[in-house]
Amino acid sequence: MDTLIFLIVALPLAGFLALLAFGKRIGEPFAGYIASATVGGSFVLAAISAVDFFRGIEHGRTVELFEWISSLGLNATFLWDPLSAMMTLVVTGVGALIHIYSIGYMHGDPRYGRFFTYLNLFITSMLLLVLGANFGVLFIGWELVGLSSYLLISFWFEKPSAAAAGKKAFVVNRIGDFGFLIALMLIFAKFGSLDFGYVFEAIHENAAIISVGTATAITLLLLVGAAGKSAQLPLYVWLPDAMEGPTPVSALIHAATMVTAGVYMVARTGVLFELAPVSQGVVATVGALTALFAATIAIGQRDIKRVLAYSTISQLGYMFMGVGVLGLVGGVFHLVTHAFFKALLFLGAGSVIHAMAGEQDMAKMGGLRKKVPVTFWTMLIAWIAISGIPPFSGFWSKDEILAIVFNRGGGYYVLWAVGILTAGLTAFYMSRMMFLTFWGAPRWDEGVTPHESPPSMTLPLVALAGLSAVGGFINTPWRPALEHFLEPAFELVHQTHLPAPGTQWVLAIVSVGVGIAGILVAYRRYVARDTQLETGGVWDTLLAGYHVDDLYGRTIVAPGKTASEVLAFTADAKVVDGAVNGVGGLVKAVGDQFSKLQTGLVRSYGVGILVGAVAVLVWLLAAGGGVF
Amino acid sequence: MIPLIAQVSADGLQVEPGWYMALAAVLFAIGATGLLLRRNALVMFMSIELMLNAVNLTFVAVDSGLGSLEGQISVLFVMVVAAAEVTVGLAIIVAVFRKRATASVDELSGLKG
Repeated sequence: MDTLIFLIVALPLAGFLALLAFGKRIGEPFAGYIASATVGGSFVLAAISAVDFFRGIEHGRTVELFEWISSLGLNATFLWDPLSAMMTLVVTGVGALIHIYSIGYMHGDPRYGRFFTYLNLFITSMLLLVLGANFGVLFIGWELVGLSSYLLISFWFEKPSAAAAGKKAFVVNRIGDFGFLIALMLIFAKFGSLDFGYVFEAIHENAAIISVGTATAITLLLLVGAAGKSAQLPLYVWLPDAMEGPTPVSALIHAATMVTAGVYMVARTGVLFELAPVSQGVVATVGALTALFAATIAIGQRDIKRVLAYSTISQLGYMFMGVGVLGLVGGVFHLVTHAFFKALLFLGAGSVIHAMAGEQDMAKMGGLRKKVPVTFWTMLIAWIAISGIPPFSGFWSKDEILAIVFNRGGGYYVLWAVGILTAGLTAFYMSRMMFLTFWGAPRWDEGVTPHESPPSMTLPLVALAGLSAVGGFINTPWRPALEHFLEPAFELVHQTHLPAPGTQWVLAIVSVGVGIAGILVAYRRYVARDTQLETGGVWDTLLAGYHVDDLYGRTIVAPGKTASEVLAFTADAKVVDGAVNGVGGLVKAVGDQFSKLQTGLVRSYGVGILVGAVAVLVWLLAAGGGVF
Repeated sequence: MIPLIAQVSADGLQVEPGWYMALAAVLFAIGATGLLLRRNALVMFMSIELMLNAVNLTFVAVDSGLGSLEGQISVLFVMVVAAAEVTVGLAIIVAVFRKRATASVDELSGLKG
């Protein structure tokens, strides 16, 4: 059985290596088939390995591959427990669907093979991240997903904007990784180990082993890392630009899997967060603010993918709220359902873009309902799911988070209110996107003839639509199956639970009401009155994302550039190089003087030798032979 | 008083050791003078050979007086090295002569500082 766990990672890795070596020769479409098959195979293996968790007869185990850094006691070890199993299933399951979709989407791309090489690299890295049994393996996966994200965002690097977006994502993620790395050092300094099991057991046995201050410092630094990877305030700026990548990448990496790594990490280290109430509040507040902030920006976007990008940031905010208040199951639950409906929305958007011959501006869409029926109906399901309308999946997970936040009471009531407000905004901006795209009169450019996508693209849509529709039933208040499933992984954490059933009903009715209100307002505005895309005033501010990029550009990037220029062209070129060249110049000047001794007149050298020899002789004679 | 140069013994005519030294010193001085005064590379070479052989003479003379062999072996080495040096040196001189149509070392000062 342990071999299976190893194979889950080894399969996509083998696919990556094979495509790396022969991807170009294999070419279209077999490179896509190979990549999809390896990820699909991983999914099957993961499902087989997870059977014992479903039956409730196993609580998790570690699989050691080899000794890695013995001086740190760090080994290449995989942890196979319900949490990592669930993450593996989501990553490989959604990943396989997106691989299949890409076979059609990337049709005709000159670097077809390389695209699937990168996708397999990403899946491998992500599996390392979720399967690592210690912070070391987690960190390797963490960095590798950052790398593959960079490679895939700037996949069409001929476009300067895509190259810049990849660079931005990488640099912003580095800021987060910096915090994460310091957190790991603190953990190692405190516990002498980076092993999950060891650290969490040590805290479980004696919580006084670590002071509240240290725990707070560690968890806040972990949050910095998580905020970078999961695009939370203030490090979210890379995600909207990441939409420059091919749409399957946006769906796979920047909606369903990689960006949830931060949520996974906070859930995994829930034991540490439990010790630091301040950090819990900070995580939940960051999540709530991000959710609201990004949702308002999403309202003003014109590019269909940017709407979804800001929506992703906003939904990740919900997940952070959930794990922040120690509703770990709620946060992870939303991670799963969000992976379904957001991947579906992105793939649907990709299908629309495909149909519109590359057009992403919603101002030039409209009336696509009849033209791309499969895309329309599947996206409709995702739309209702994200808007929080029961019984679709988004309702169950979002409301579980909101109910848990509400149950914490005190200042968390404010966060709950923010969450409810965001729910209404979410329903509104998603409806706006749907209405502008599929309803109303066509506003297409001339020569555009929308057509439905090939089956390799629509089949994943249908599969994801099914999951988005019923995915919520894995964890309902009456039948909390996911909670039972994850119990062994979170047994050391005292989680916040749902409020009493009566309160739950009230909260659910409020949130559904807000969601329906959001949809109705959008309907009146964009369908009944046929409002076109707005411009001017506050809309321009929203479109520009509150000019946060400009703000960062002026306050951080520009001073950073100035500092770099001073260091490069003054400190380095003048001072450091000056010192080095000065030493060289001095030696040369001295040498120039001495070189005058070399007259080129051989006989004068002879005189020199003779005089020298005579001098030595005289000295020897003067010493009276005593020198010998 | 005329200094004694040689005397007759049972083995025949024996030269006084000091005269070997004197002869070597004279040969060495001639060689050194030639080296310093002549411009022609070939002649300078011959002067160097003269100096080398003056040294060789002191080696064998002192050695036979002391009855040892080290000096005589050294002489063989000096001769071998000198022969090797001459082949290289002559080749250089011939090459320079072909190129510059002169063997005067004073004109070969292209590497001066």
